[in-house]
Amino acid sequence: MEYLNLFVKSIFIDNMVFAYFLGMCSYLAVSKNVKTAFGLGLAVTFVLTVTLPVNYLLETKILRAGALTWLSEDFANVDLSFLSFIMFIAVIAAMVQIVEMVVEKFTPALYASLGIFLPLIAVNCAILGGSLFMQQRDFGNIGLASIYGFGSGIGWLLAIIGIAAIREKISYSDIPKPLKGLGITFIITGLMGIAFMSFLGIKL
Amino acid sequence: MLSEKNKEIFLGPISKNNPVIVQVLGICSALAVTAQMMPALVMSLSLTAVLAFANVIISLMRNIIPNRIRIIVQLVVVAALVIIVDQVLKAFAFEVSKQLSVFVGLIITNCILMGRLEAFALGNKPWPSFLDGIGNGIGYSVILLIIAFFREFFGSGTVFGIQVIPDAFYEWGYANNGLFILPPMALIVAGCIIWIHRIKNPDMQE
Repeated sequence: MEYLNLFVKSIFIDNMVFAYFLGMCSYLAVSKNVKTAFGLGLAVTFVLTVTLPVNYLLETKILRAGALTWLSEDFANVDLSFLSFIMFIAVIAAMVQIVEMVVEKFTPALYASLGIFLPLIAVNCAILGGSLFMQQRDFGNIGLASIYGFGSGIGWLLAIIGIAAIREKISYSDIPKPLKGLGITFIITGLMGIAFMSFLGIKL
Repeated sequence: MLSEKNKEIFLGPISKNNPVIVQVLGICSALAVTAQMMPALVMSLSLTAVLAFANVIISLMRNIIPNRIRIIVQLVVVAALVIIVDQVLKAFAFEVSKQLSVFVGLIITNCILMGRLEAFALGNKPWPSFLDGIGNGIGYSVILLIIAFFREFFGSGTVFGIQVIPDAFYEWGYANNGLFILPPMALIVAGCIIWIHRIKNPDMQE
């Protein structure tokens, strides 16, 4: 039950895009058509699902104050948490490299359409944000951390597909000229965010 | 010191080539920390410092970084700088650093950094890179502070935590608009800023 609750919460209530504005850069740049958006969303979900458990282990077994006691009792006073940024980003960069190679091998078409944004997943704030929130929230076990990563990824996927679909339709609408493109996308995202806020307080 | 070209590098990002509303970089943190002026100001200063120094460091190393691993090199440089900023904030401004929570760490993945390092520092000398860093940092700060001003003014009736809307207004039935505190309003305010900016600069309309 706890898992399901966290899963739903991470998709709808703590949505990466609408509640924390994470991953906005690629969200705005790659949301011009649904297909590419879907591909990027899947890649982000995958990277989040893989990096969170790895970073969770790093955090609990190596970085946290006194985490190294499993190695030797002498390390009980060692606190490496100031290294967490650099460790997390290294894990993420490595994972993204793997995803990039897999995508290039199996779906060259998707690889071509994602272009520069695939390697840039490494600097997608949603991914590092996931790890940092995980560190902040102190999840009890690795299962919860993985579920949180997966749920956040799905939430991001939903958000980018939604905006891509709207942008496809809106290209036929009559929008004031200065507002076209970037401006209206921001405002629509804001309105979607307000809609998503209606999920606030749902508890399973 | 400030030749014609350097002046352009320095002033360009403040309006015509603004990193947030024209280049569309660094939106994430720009919106998340703007519920109040204070965190927005601290965030702006942190980002400007990191950006300027990262630009200088990468620019100094630009001829010895192998092209294939440049992203990792950039990430390491930026992460090291952000760790310094984070530790300084924790030591000297603990309250604000608590409010900013994960967003200080997220400076690492702020697209402005990667974007400027890739587009500018890798191909330019240290001094112009430094100016570019400061200029883009200020461009980012301006947008952040404008958004934060509107959100704090309408949302809590304060600026920098000091009440500006007189008590008499509240007695007459004026109420703070709680919606402005919520995350979605940041996007809508940013959308309106872009709208105004595009009216002033018709050549950027799509």
